[in-house]
Amino acid sequence: MKSIKIKADNLNVYYGEKQALFDVSMYMEEKQVTALIGPSGCGKSTFIRCLNRMNDVIDICKVQGKIEIDGNDIYAPDMQVEQLRERVGMVFQKPNPFPKSIFENVAYGPRIHGIAEHKSDLEEIVVTSLKKAALFDEVKDRLYDAGTGLSGGQQQRLCIARAISVNPDIILMDEPCSALDPIATARIEELMGDLKTEYTIIIVTHSMQQAARVSSRTGFFHLGKLVEVDKTETIFSNPSDQRTQDYITGRFG
Amino acid sequence: MTDRIEQRINSLNKRLNSEKRFRIYCIGAMSFALAWVLILFLNIFSSGYSAFYRTVIQVDVPFLNLIEDTTQFSEMSSEDINNLSMYSFSKKAIYGLFPDIEEKKDKKMLIRLFSIEFEQEIREFLKSNKSNINETETIYLTASDDVDQVNKGNYPRDLDEDKRRIKDIQLLFFDDLVDRGLVSYEFNLPFLMRGDSREPELAGVGGSIVGSLFTILVVLILSFPIGIFAAIYLEEFAPKNRVTDFIEININNLAAVPSIVFGLLGLGIILNTFGLPRSTPLVGGIVLSLMTLPTIIIATRASLRAVPPSIREGALAVGATKMQAVMHHVVPVAMPGALTGTIIGLAQALGETAPLLLIGMVAFVVDVPQTPLDASASLPVQVYLWSESAERGYVEKTSATIMMLLGFLILMNLAAVLIRRKFETKW
Repeated sequence: MKSIKIKADNLNVYYGEKQALFDVSMYMEEKQVTALIGPSGCGKSTFIRCLNRMNDVIDICKVQGKIEIDGNDIYAPDMQVEQLRERVGMVFQKPNPFPKSIFENVAYGPRIHGIAEHKSDLEEIVVTSLKKAALFDEVKDRLYDAGTGLSGGQQQRLCIARAISVNPDIILMDEPCSALDPIATARIEELMGDLKTEYTIIIVTHSMQQAARVSSRTGFFHLGKLVEVDKTETIFSNPSDQRTQDYITGRFG
Repeated sequence: MTDRIEQRINSLNKRLNSEKRFRIYCIGAMSFALAWVLILFLNIFSSGYSAFYRTVIQVDVPFLNLIEDTTQFSEMSSEDINNLSMYSFSKKAIYGLFPDIEEKKDKKMLIRLFSIEFEQEIREFLKSNKSNINETETIYLTASDDVDQVNKGNYPRDLDEDKRRIKDIQLLFFDDLVDRGLVSYEFNLPFLMRGDSREPELAGVGGSIVGSLFTILVVLILSFPIGIFAAIYLEEFAPKNRVTDFIEININNLAAVPSIVFGLLGLGIILNTFGLPRSTPLVGGIVLSLMTLPTIIIATRASLRAVPPSIREGALAVGATKMQAVMHHVVPVAMPGALTGTIIGLAQALGETAPLLLIGMVAFVVDVPQTPLDASASLPVQVYLWSESAERGYVEKTSATIMMLLGFLILMNLAAVLIRRKFETKW
């Protein structure tokens, strides 16, 4: 049994009048990949965006319940959201590099947090992050070209490099491969396998095969409820809930 | 079967024909608009271009009559030269063109061929060339407006003498001078450098150009930062509620308020309550800023809104504060749009007349303003002032001023396009 990194307790999320999550309680293990699957609009993205409080941006979004990371309530009043996001990085559905150079994309996080004191430190962080994101070899000759000029898969790895540049514990990935072709997807999946030795990864995915390939535990969401969460093998071979069974066999969703 | 195909072809032909007609309507509308622009430009250009050159008359000035040894001028200071009494000397130099004239009346007529500042012009020549003045110097003196207009062919010579400002004897003098090759054109630099004048041949747009530039500068300094910050707050930080809705509606309303209302506001508050100096580019700039602000705010908000939200999320997700996300990533992307809006707002302000009339920038100002606190005119107001004047010289100067104004507007719009092209973010 691995140690528990994130714990959500009776999480309810509302967008104005509409309730998006109902009493979600689950935990995620440290340095493991946890996959969240479910049909569109089931609340899995809402859930993952609660973990680094990205939902704060939305005025009408209201969160009830508790999320603990390493035992600290991240919705506590004294929790600073910028500090939280430094520890919980995020990669989005569509690659969203800044319209700046590749170097600047990765250097931005360390720079605003004051992680690198000297220029050489910053360069080292950029190179290490790009290497960890398996992008360095492809871009080492054009670090100062625009990040937006890369291919889709490269852009997404650049975003991963940007996320790990501030040395987080956790990386949230919100359907990171949905805009990518199969080859780029395979590279990202491979990368996740490397990254989980250092980071706790939570991935939202529409592809059940992807969940099965990369994750050790999987949660199935349906209509805002967490239907079932278990070891990935169990979910895909012997789910305990009929709805999970129906979903993974392609009867709906 | 063939019936159906025929039907289809018929209906297709109908659709294609109606497309053709539609296209003709569109081209027609565009040509109509373009034709009017062309007529406008042609009209202004054809009556205005002649203001950019002026008639000068060559006069031999015997400086030896003024002083015994012309090398002495080099030892005189400008003030000494200013103190020299030169009026009758200058007049005599002009009489030298027609030594046979005896009658006083005719002499007066001869003098009136020249601008009233002939003495000043000779003095200026003396000042700038004092180190090597010969016994007799040839000086090009500005012709009076009447002569200038006759020379340019703008003045009908075949009217009865009592209906003309220029008299028969003056025309005789003038024709004789032309025959002797003493009348010529030169580029009208004074027109670009000088302030307004009661004498059309001496009036220039320099004062109003500088006044307009000062005004625009004040507008830029005031409305650019205020507009950008207001737009950033409204778009990025303000909560979406009734209050911000109300503010938004009012900004849009403000953009539609007739400009003369801003002039009244300037008169009532800025001049009377705050007591800022009347007729100055400072006050004009403040009033025009009020008018330009909504344009800048609306344009900036639109370009901020066009920045994809994913950029904000990307910055927030690495732990940037909201301000950092906005200032580091959103604003730079939105800047070209904001600048374009600002320049278009400035161009509007440059061409605005009504509010300036109310705050007194319609005054007759001879001096070129040195600071934004000096009384001055502006280009559109100058057009307004000169268009009311009767003398023929002002007609061409009005058109020439419009040309300058249009030139500045075209330059500014060009700058807006270039800025947008150059700094636009490529995705």
